[in-house]
Amino acid sequence: MATCLLEMRNITKTFPGVKALNNVSFEVVEGEIHCLVGENGAGKSTLMKVLSGVYPHGEYTGEILFAGKEQRFRSIRDSEKAGIAIIYQELALVPEMTVHENIFLGNEIKTGFLIDWNETVKRAGEALKEVRLDVTPEAKVKDLGVGKQQLVEIAKALSRDVKLLILDEPTAALNEDDSKNLLDLLRGLKDRGVTCVLISHKLKEVIEIADKVTVLRDGQTICTLDAHKGEVSENALIKHMVGREIDNIYPKRERRISDEVVLEVKNWSAYSPLLGRTILKDVNFNIKKGEIIGIAGLMGSGRTELALSIFGNPDGYKVQGEITVKGKKKQFRHPKDAIDVGVAYVTEDRKGDGLILIQDVKQNITLANLRGISARGILNENAEVKVANEVKTSLNIKTPSIEQKVSNLSGGNQQKVSLGKWLFAGPDVLILDEPTRGIDVGAKYEIYTIMNRLVEQGMSIIMISSELPEILGMSDRVYIVASGKVAGELPIEEATQEKIMHMATN
Amino acid sequence: MSSIIETQRVAPTSFLESLKKILRENIRDYGMYIALFVIMVIFTVTTEGKFITSRNIVNLVNQSGYIAVLAVGMTLVIVIRHIDLSIGFLGGFLGAVAAIAMVQWHLPVYIVIPLTLAFGVVAGLITGFLVAQMEIPSFVASLAGWLIYRGAILVVTESTGTIIIPDKAFNAIGNGFIPDIPGITFLPEVHKLTLILGLVAIVLLVFNQLNSRRKKQAYNFDVLPANLFVIKMAFMAALIGGVTWVLAGYQGLSWTAVVVLIVVIVYDFIASRTVLGRHIYAVGGNPEAAELSGISVKKIIYVVFGSMGMLSALSGILYASRLQSATTTAGNLWELDAIAAAYVGGVSAAGGVGKVVGSIIGALVMMSLTSGMNLMGIGISYQYITRGAVLAAAVIFDVATRNRGK
Repeated sequence: MATCLLEMRNITKTFPGVKALNNVSFEVVEGEIHCLVGENGAGKSTLMKVLSGVYPHGEYTGEILFAGKEQRFRSIRDSEKAGIAIIYQELALVPEMTVHENIFLGNEIKTGFLIDWNETVKRAGEALKEVRLDVTPEAKVKDLGVGKQQLVEIAKALSRDVKLLILDEPTAALNEDDSKNLLDLLRGLKDRGVTCVLISHKLKEVIEIADKVTVLRDGQTICTLDAHKGEVSENALIKHMVGREIDNIYPKRERRISDEVVLEVKNWSAYSPLLGRTILKDVNFNIKKGEIIGIAGLMGSGRTELALSIFGNPDGYKVQGEITVKGKKKQFRHPKDAIDVGVAYVTEDRKGDGLILIQDVKQNITLANLRGISARGILNENAEVKVANEVKTSLNIKTPSIEQKVSNLSGGNQQKVSLGKWLFAGPDVLILDEPTRGIDVGAKYEIYTIMNRLVEQGMSIIMISSELPEILGMSDRVYIVASGKVAGELPIEEATQEKIMHMATN
Repeated sequence: MSSIIETQRVAPTSFLESLKKILRENIRDYGMYIALFVIMVIFTVTTEGKFITSRNIVNLVNQSGYIAVLAVGMTLVIVIRHIDLSIGFLGGFLGAVAAIAMVQWHLPVYIVIPLTLAFGVVAGLITGFLVAQMEIPSFVASLAGWLIYRGAILVVTESTGTIIIPDKAFNAIGNGFIPDIPGITFLPEVHKLTLILGLVAIVLLVFNQLNSRRKKQAYNFDVLPANLFVIKMAFMAALIGGVTWVLAGYQGLSWTAVVVLIVVIVYDFIASRTVLGRHIYAVGGNPEAAELSGISVKKIIYVVFGSMGMLSALSGILYASRLQSATTTAGNLWELDAIAAAYVGGVSAAGGVGKVVGSIIGALVMMSLTSGMNLMGIGISYQYITRGAVLAAAVIFDVATRNRGK
């Protein structure tokens, strides 16, 4: 019987208010390619962070056995020393440094106190040959494409005599050729005896390459399937990944959808100069008055980019296409232009770019519509207090006073403040990006109730969400986005988690 | 949570307890006033009363006016997470431009002043352009300005050296006092108009505070207990009254003080009561969130740097007028004095926090230190060390109290 290289037993990790991992066990046999799959938020990344020491021993419960010994990693350094290398989605290379400098960064080859550059370049060349990357070690990393950078990362890991190589969504940012190369390389490494854990959303490549697949869902291990026993298939994987019944946490609503299209987006494409690639291609969708459309898709599929590029394009993408609002063609040069014609966007990252945490509830609520509480540029502070109190009552924001700093509120109440800001601005189309991320079930229900109330009043809501039950529970129609394109559109009657997953993962 | 608040309201708190609570919760706001007060008392004692004489206080205000207006502008620059190093030499340069406009171009003073201020706005907008449009870090963009304006001063004063300004009206800004009401024999040693203005200020203050208190009560907000409110009013009235009395005992309110007061009142109003002010603090608090709320961050950068340029020009005018001449060394280290004043006054380098009035108090603290130590005969070397220590202490105090009282 093959020996176990890694055994994680009964790992439990809690964040304030959430159990991210609940008694998870995970075993990897030496010399295999083991895939880890699950929906967004299932706990895959958290599990890998526990393994690599990002969450040090003591912050989780359970034990880790690696190479036959119990390990208590206190930092990434410890796990690296033991022979574990993790390659994250966001690459950890220094763009301004050369390939060989990057490969030996933190692991420099020294003679005495000095770096032996000749030896470094030579050994870097060998490492590059191993990953079949044909660039000179003197090239700067920033001049390489994403696919090649990924290979440099793998070369870096191999140069450290790695026993277990973990790749977190390595192909998410790669085109098909690069993805294929990478998978070929992984097979080659396997033949050389390197054990590999691959986290991926792309079920096709999982099926293609995996010896075993472990499925996580809601912070728990669901099962481990063995490809050599024929247990791995797309249907089996999706069934285990989705698995759960739609909880009855979605309040009912009277559907009053009119035929009037309030917002239509045609042939919408966007190119990101920063990433150097096309992030959206020929996207078409529309939304009617009083409708909730769900936009489903995996992380990195371009959902948020779609919302932002429409909402005045603050990230400076090069966009093409047509936006029609209530029958009139519009061009938005700044979020302000979108807000002026009644389009609002509630960000997925309320702390990062949604709220001003150091300001109070009142100031956050009125920020997007200061015109509504001022005359000739001078604020009417009493009107502001009145407005903020109305929003507070109407959304049931739990705060001792509207003069409380937003940073002191709970996640759910912060999200309500975020929503309240746009309610006061009074848009026709509200784009909600992950409206219930990181908030508890009770607060979720309240957010859904507010959404229902708004559409009943004639607002239209575009809801972007990673949670399929939420998409199915709230939407009237679902668009599925994959790799920057609309992969499908389903009326709610026909939409199931399985169908959406199929479209999103292909 | 709401029940806690209610019990606090209902529970009968003793006077001392509520005073302690108010002080603890607002230590950040009151800290600077207390510091200024303590510094003044110390210097009054150590200089055997010389510090607090009318003449010294008037001089102190007139000498620190040009830094005070810079500190006001710098507050907003730091609030939006930027810095402007060019303002010192820009002020010095524009002071020289004003002098040349009067002496060589023979323009009247009522044209020279607006013209100089307009130059300042343009210069500020250029820095703003580099920061907002070209996305150059403000430290670098304004450092370039620092070098350029330093050179520019030397260029314009090269042929003549110091330019003497003969214009009496211009020079009155830095040296003159507001006229008194003629024909009143009552209190012959005292400047009556100053006294009247002081009284008006006290009446306006009390009226304003009572009004806002009434409105807050109408909304069922927490207000200070009545006894503490009276004490606060009495304290503020005494402060204004005291300052007025001291000023009136010499030659009254100086024009510099009038200029600084107008700048502070206008900027404080803009910062706290207008849409523009709200936008500035939103950009400072979280630029991404501000942008997504429909605020143009670029526009705010232009406005803030433009206003900074205008205040640099005003600062240069005050200084040139005070010296009655434009010199080659004008502007040296003003920017750092202004930055220090702003930080002492409670501006946060993380952005989004800082009051205009606080920076003025900060400027007064720093200038009081200089003036007091000069009177005590302390050498310049120890003055620098002391001021550095006070700056560090102020910021430490600020950081230490940041998360308290919530």
